[in-house]
Amino acid sequence: MASVFEYAPAPESRSIVDIAPSYGLFIDGEFVEAADGKVFKTVSPSTEEVLAEIAQAGEADVDRAVQAARKAFEKWSALPGSERAKYLFRIARIIQERSRELAVLETLDNGKPIKETRDADLPLVAAHFFYYAGWADKLDHAGFGANPQPLGVAGQVIPWNFPLLMLAWKIAPALATGNTVVLKPAETTPLSALFFADICRQAGLPKGVVNILPGYGDAGAAVVAHPDVNKVAFTGSTAVGKEIARTIAGTRKKVTLELGGKGANIVFDDAPIDQAVEGIVNGIFFNQGQVCCAGSRLLVQESVEEELLESLKRRLSTLRLGDPLDKNTDIGAINSEEQLTRITSLVEAGEAEGAERWSPACDIPESGYWFAPTLFTNVTQAHRIARDEIFGPVLSVLTFRTPDEAVAKANNTPYGLSAGIWTEKGSRILAVANKLRAGVVWSNTFNKFDPTSPFGGYKESGFGREGGRHGLEAYLDV
Amino acid sequence: MSDKSEQQRLSVFKTYKLYVGGKFPRSESGRVYEVTDSKGNWLANVPLSSRKDARDAVVAARKAFGGWSGATAYNRGQILYRIAEMLEGRREQYVREVADAEGLSKSKAAAQVDAAIDRWVWYAGWTDKIAQVVGGGNPVAGPFFNLSSPEPTGVVAIVAPQESSFLGLVSVLAPVIATGNTAIVVASEKSPLPALSLGEVLATSDLPGGVVNVLSGRTAEIATPLAAHQDVNAIDLAGAGEDLAKELEIAAADNLKRVLRPQSVDHTATPGIDRMTAFLETKTVWHPTGSLGASGSSY
Repeated sequence: MASVFEYAPAPESRSIVDIAPSYGLFIDGEFVEAADGKVFKTVSPSTEEVLAEIAQAGEADVDRAVQAARKAFEKWSALPGSERAKYLFRIARIIQERSRELAVLETLDNGKPIKETRDADLPLVAAHFFYYAGWADKLDHAGFGANPQPLGVAGQVIPWNFPLLMLAWKIAPALATGNTVVLKPAETTPLSALFFADICRQAGLPKGVVNILPGYGDAGAAVVAHPDVNKVAFTGSTAVGKEIARTIAGTRKKVTLELGGKGANIVFDDAPIDQAVEGIVNGIFFNQGQVCCAGSRLLVQESVEEELLESLKRRLSTLRLGDPLDKNTDIGAINSEEQLTRITSLVEAGEAEGAERWSPACDIPESGYWFAPTLFTNVTQAHRIARDEIFGPVLSVLTFRTPDEAVAKANNTPYGLSAGIWTEKGSRILAVANKLRAGVVWSNTFNKFDPTSPFGGYKESGFGREGGRHGLEAYLDV
Repeated sequence: MSDKSEQQRLSVFKTYKLYVGGKFPRSESGRVYEVTDSKGNWLANVPLSSRKDARDAVVAARKAFGGWSGATAYNRGQILYRIAEMLEGRREQYVREVADAEGLSKSKAAAQVDAAIDRWVWYAGWTDKIAQVVGGGNPVAGPFFNLSSPEPTGVVAIVAPQESSFLGLVSVLAPVIATGNTAIVVASEKSPLPALSLGEVLATSDLPGGVVNVLSGRTAEIATPLAAHQDVNAIDLAGAGEDLAKELEIAAADNLKRVLRPQSVDHTATPGIDRMTAFLETKTVWHPTGSLGASGSSY
């Protein structure tokens, strides 16, 4: 559909990143093959092109990595905090220097638009390392008493939606506090973690302090269950989170879980509509909606529903879906075929249950995994699309009449990660924010992140907080 | 009055009851079990709570949560201090009950009771300070105002310590309600009387009904449905043995309850803030500041 606003292609060059045909596991400072020789392929979700072949970690590799981390722990935890800080500052600087390369790499492996990796993910990744670098020699002042001690080996399992950012959230506080790390990236996005291994090499980080084990769920489960792992950190689905909680029951392992969400984005009748529309778009279409804190349920006050939906649909019609490496792309590819299938089946359930589906006119590329931005109206609280986490670019619209009703509906979910409030009335913001059972509440904005700010869920969205001073607690024996 | 007439007077026994929703019900099951002192002498027949009693207690705790968590921290502090006042007035009763329950000398039991009373005072002072210690503003790299504040997790099930029937009980209960949670306490199985009597003090301390609910009975029988209950947000396993603790932790995973594992605690030492922070969530609220940016004023 050509329009006067058609943009010429503006692709970012991929020549800045040099992807090797194959990668090993990163254990004790070396890239090594998996013990059983298994490998898997990682593909670019926007083209289905095979990017590289990756060694696939199994139980024996997990054991080896944990041993390496245990050995490294002795020296690493004994270093003065000021020395650990310098390593983290080095890493932060190298990430800044290689930021463009990493942004392109992440876009290739994950499918998200370069606009997001370049302007959101990478700056935040560096910022997290800078933030926690500064804590390493100030732990006495963090509010956990004098001389708080690290836990030991941290086993960390991260998802595919923000591969390098989730790595930074996990590794930066772990190293700052003196722990060593065994990290398993997601099977669909292992590359940036492997590039991070190379950054550790450039930074001269002692061997074994960081170990990276690409692999599938079984490797993640082995990391969690390993008897010599002292701390488990997981970001991913609530179902897996519950399984992890069962696995570590009766042990002394400390745990943080950042799980799913079904965030309510509440728009009151006095909200600035244009700003709210931008916030709604950012809330659910950022990273194709593959965000645990996405504002996937729009709760709009009945009196402005029509006006808001009209503006929203007009805005959605201007979103550009396509090549994630194009700097003008708003909506990239869905991360995997499996995820696309999940989104598709939930959307079908939405239609079958009687909700009304709408998408802007939008060309879908022939290869790769794609899903057009989608809006559902006539949604009730009982619908699956209002209850289940879709983790895709799908917004369910519900309405309310009074603030109390908005709060009741927003809280009507087992999740409790995020929420949004749009109103010009300050007292309403504070009153509603106070009543929402969610770990992060964005008012008149959405999907903002910062390393200084604790992030994490209530209820079934998980335990513990990442970011800020709170993020240290999970890695200290306090 | 002669010694003789004193001996002739029969003392009045107390029927110990549960404390649920601000009332003193018997177990719905109609069951009781015999509680003895450390020498095996009969002390009382106390309610042997059922799973239904546990569920009723959850309903009461949930109902009370909105009001208690919504009360001002100042008000909660006043009420916790009032509990100390009420206990001080009944000090002798608790000294006797603790001495009987734990087989302690009168002076040792008195030390336990005094420490428990002082503990309420300690936590009373915390209600309006914990937010300043564990919350605060975050220096965000952008034009946003952003504040993290602690909030209570919700309904907390507490398996009270088995040995320290009163000081241990207060040590695990006070931090939970100081921060605005509501609680269901499973009293020490062997020595439940001080816990059941505590209900009488709580009922007369301006503490809203349902904020604390006390159940007596078989620890495993009551704790199991609480650990599995979908409307319980957290569980303190202080008084659960190793095997039971593991079982309860597995059950608690079903709705991702916050779990505080059993640990050795010196109840005579000044507590840290861990028992409060274990049952707090952190909520981070963001708002644009409208700061002057490169493009000029946005307000």
